[in-house]
Amino acid sequence: MTFSSSVVPMGGNRANLEAKHHVLSVLVENKSGVLARIAQLFSRRGYNIYSLSVAPTEDERFSRVTIVVDVESAPLEQITKQLHKLINVLKISEINAAQAVEYELLMGSISTSSETRSELIELVRIFDGKIVDVGFDKLTVMLAGTPKMLDDFEALLGAYPIVEIQRTGRVALQKLDRSAPTRARSKSGKAS
Amino acid sequence: MQLTGAQALIKSLEMEQVEVIFGLPGGAILPVYDPLLDSTIRHILVRHEQGAGHAAEGYAHVTGRPGVAMVTSGPAATNIVTALADAYMDSIPLVVITGQVGTSLIGTDAFQEADTTGITMSVTKHNWLITDASQIPTVVREAFHVATTGRPGPVLIDLPKDVSNQTMEWYWPESVDLPGYKPTLKGHPKMIQEAAKLISKALRPVLYVGGGVLRAGATKELLALAEHCRIPVVTTLMARGAFPDENPLCLGMPGMHGNYTAVTSMQKSDLLITLGARFDDRVTGNVAGFAPYAKVIHVDIDPAELGKIRNPDVPIVGDLKLVIPELTREIKKLKVDIKTQLEPWIAELNTWREKYPLSYNQDPGGRPLKPQYVIERLRQMAPPDTIVVSGVGQHQMWASQFWKFNHPNTWVNSGGLGTMGFAVPAALGAKVGRPDKVVWAIDGDGCFQMTAQELVTATAERIPIKVAILNNAYLGMVRQWQEMFYDQRYSEVYLSPDLPDYVKWAEAMGCVGIRVDSADEVEVAIEKANSINDRPVVIDFRTDTWEKVFPMVPAGKTNDEIVIGPQEMEKK
Repeated sequence: MTFSSSVVPMGGNRANLEAKHHVLSVLVENKSGVLARIAQLFSRRGYNIYSLSVAPTEDERFSRVTIVVDVESAPLEQITKQLHKLINVLKISEINAAQAVEYELLMGSISTSSETRSELIELVRIFDGKIVDVGFDKLTVMLAGTPKMLDDFEALLGAYPIVEIQRTGRVALQKLDRSAPTRARSKSGKAS
Repeated sequence: MQLTGAQALIKSLEMEQVEVIFGLPGGAILPVYDPLLDSTIRHILVRHEQGAGHAAEGYAHVTGRPGVAMVTSGPAATNIVTALADAYMDSIPLVVITGQVGTSLIGTDAFQEADTTGITMSVTKHNWLITDASQIPTVVREAFHVATTGRPGPVLIDLPKDVSNQTMEWYWPESVDLPGYKPTLKGHPKMIQEAAKLISKALRPVLYVGGGVLRAGATKELLALAEHCRIPVVTTLMARGAFPDENPLCLGMPGMHGNYTAVTSMQKSDLLITLGARFDDRVTGNVAGFAPYAKVIHVDIDPAELGKIRNPDVPIVGDLKLVIPELTREIKKLKVDIKTQLEPWIAELNTWREKYPLSYNQDPGGRPLKPQYVIERLRQMAPPDTIVVSGVGQHQMWASQFWKFNHPNTWVNSGGLGTMGFAVPAALGAKVGRPDKVVWAIDGDGCFQMTAQELVTATAERIPIKVAILNNAYLGMVRQWQEMFYDQRYSEVYLSPDLPDYVKWAEAMGCVGIRVDSADEVEVAIEKANSINDRPVVIDFRTDTWEKVFPMVPAGKTNDEIVIGPQEMEKK
């Protein structure tokens, strides 16, 4: 099996986008309509959401929304300020990729033949992914990893007949402080 | 004490010291109108829900207190959206209550159902859909808090019919718990010091004053700052009256139809001290060429305004009521003789003022009647603290230019949204808020036709407002643009001077109607209008169709390309 030339170098394309991407971690009240307010604010002000994930935090009164947004750095300040004006938004942190732990999950159903099946299983193993569902002529594979790792994996999957691929959008947390307790300094990472 | 949701709502409004509700009942809000009968709150029955919203805005404009409107679901809620959007643009505190279909029917396309919270999300500061009667006092308390604090604005409470009928145990929350809402009030001391330093060094500073100064109630503080430093002041359309026009430091209104001195002072300025203004495109013209030599101090309670259009050299987030006095104190500490330093600047501004005053020519024969002449005569014959309310268009610009505003909160207009039809209902609301004052609505014929039915409300509720229609038979501002920029190809702007017959229409609505065709009839008509205080008066002033608003900065041009008058236009 060889990679055909029509494979879209997704990783490469994404790298260009990556430069314009900013990750906002937004702590909000866990109330109905909050996501609509955020989404609507983005569309009304003409900003584009690249990916978004929402889930309740350890305190169920609050949810954390991780938004990846396409912008140059100037309007980002305007976005965070506008977001801050939403009554249900408590805190916004801009997460700098260099100082963050970012993870994302990808699931994909891939058609396989008897020749490609073991090759695909091998690929999943190399990436430390999982086969989560098995059909007669299809496999569903799963990989959790950094967005970059998922880009690479997705590009390689492009060599096989893909039925569908679904990514979750990333979640991110600020990297922990590694300095010794005596020299501890606080890094809030607050956006504005 | 057990109350129904409807009773709890009315009681909550009483707890918030609401004295008047502008509204119109209907199916989904019916339960709330029953306990209203037993309440001390006055209800004013409007003839269209948009009117309820604008009336509440007019009330809020002149009293500084939140205006309250209450209407039913569906079409009533959508009718009030314009007023919400208007209040949102101009930062007017408004609490709007809408009925909603029963909770079990929400989402089923029930009769008179609309997704009111969804529709109004982008034109309110916040909104709430109440799902249980026990939430009512908390939500009402929060709603008034959000509407009136920080940067004020409209909020909406959507109340389903079954929730109004539920019973709840009455309580009144002692405080508001909104963890995500904490406006910054106190300016950063370092930034205020920086601002003071810049001011002490500036040679051509201008105080660029916006509506925020009125919202903050900081007009005395502004006067003290300006007087201490002798810095000239421009007052934007939203800020007319925030600084007295009669003060020699007041340059008047800047912007697209601002006077030459106000516009050019900013173009030549080396420091804009921006207080509660937001660099609106109608002020800046082409932003790239706006105030090119100026450093910018920008004070606003809304952090999102700082750097939105123009990057400030010194950004200060805070309440102007607190920041302006702090700034004045810091300036005094520097012990710089700013006054003397600014003398050449003031002298230069004064030569412009003399050279380029606002002007118009009223033919001594009386015809055609000039709209500016009408406004000047209205002003001369009215008490100095008269409240002036306008619609949107040429008449609005002339009113702003030719009235002399010397008291805060005496100028009510739709600035940001530019809502035609604002004047009549807003004047009604203003008169309810300040019954002791004379309220003149200066309206256009196009605007008047949009919301004139609220004069029926005014007559029925004995709210004696006065309306001056500057009737030039056209959608005048659009006509002006077609004349100047579309080779006089007039497309769909003619309205006719006498269809409708405004005098008959006024009389049919229970008002006194007067018609004026010539300048020599103006005084008698105004005298008559001034003498009537038991019902509304409408004067139909038939004004010159050809009169245009000048000066003018054509759209997309920089403010340096200001056109001072019609003669100059012809030369170009």
